[in-house]
Amino acid sequence: MISKWTEKLALAVLISALSTVIFLSRALGQATSLPASHLINPEELVKVLQATKGERPLMFQVGSYVLYAQAHIPGSDYVGPVTSELGLQQLRRRVESLPRTKFIVLYCGCCPWSHCPNVKPADDALHAMGFTNVKVLYIANNFGADWVEKGYPVAKGQ
Amino acid sequence: MRRRILIGAVLILVAAGFYLKARHSFRARQGAARQHFAAPNFSLPELNGQSLQLSDYRGKVVLLDFWATWCTPCREEIPHLVELQNKYRDQGLQIIGISMDDSPEPVREFYKRFQMDYPVVIGNAETGELYGGVLGLPIAFVIGRDGRISAKHIGATDASVLEQDIRGLLSPQ
Repeated sequence: MISKWTEKLALAVLISALSTVIFLSRALGQATSLPASHLINPEELVKVLQATKGERPLMFQVGSYVLYAQAHIPGSDYVGPVTSELGLQQLRRRVESLPRTKFIVLYCGCCPWSHCPNVKPADDALHAMGFTNVKVLYIANNFGADWVEKGYPVAKGQ
Repeated sequence: MRRRILIGAVLILVAAGFYLKARHSFRARQGAARQHFAAPNFSLPELNGQSLQLSDYRGKVVLLDFWATWCTPCREEIPHLVELQNKYRDQGLQIIGISMDDSPEPVREFYKRFQMDYPVVIGNAETGELYGGVLGLPIAFVIGRDGRISAKHIGATDASVLEQDIRGLLSPQ
């Protein structure tokens, strides 16, 4: 026999559990909601960059300049954090004249993937503009650990 | 039926609790690295325009926090850092924030909003490189009274882990 008090307790626990699930999904951040088809792994990108055939992507770093100046993918352009409207405008301006089929790679690497605030808004903005060949570089931990320390090509400065 | 709901709900809560605990412990273990070299000196502008030199804090235990206003885990850590600064100020703790933002404006706003009570300077690539490359945020260095780096924490770090490091260094004055 379950009392009314137990029923209320069960309801409270259920609500708490639901809240926990919502909290966890929010804490996991926006980047985790990117579909797998939008992603490219570091190894895959290195292969693309080293290939003599095929389209070379246009690459944009959407993190901070201080991080870009220390290390970035050679040939990539700095756009800046797109969490700000200014950053988003810079990204839009940079691509507005390009054909919508242009191969574009976005990357940040500021924070662990689950916390990166930049790549999802950047990806959303380009898709909203009609770009159909956009990939986001999947960086699990940060650019240092998942790109530089792996020995992949790096450039410094502007 | 009701009993099953109750058991299910409790199991979900317990599982969520274990997950969060394991996640924090794993991150703390993964991010920490013992260091024993001298903390490189730097001179960087504070938000009020004055210059801050790390060497001026020799004799204190320093927590150097590389962060940015748009970095979610960095933002989450700030209230804990403010608490730590308040709690251990009199024992000789000095937290110094090094913002890796592109400009000081959002940092000033953030500083006021979060009532940050420790100095924040505007960082640059040179300072990042001095510290072995700051290629992910946040990164915290714990520096002893002798000016040597005691620990480096990469990524979001539990406040209790930082506090443990700090307390270990504060005691032997």
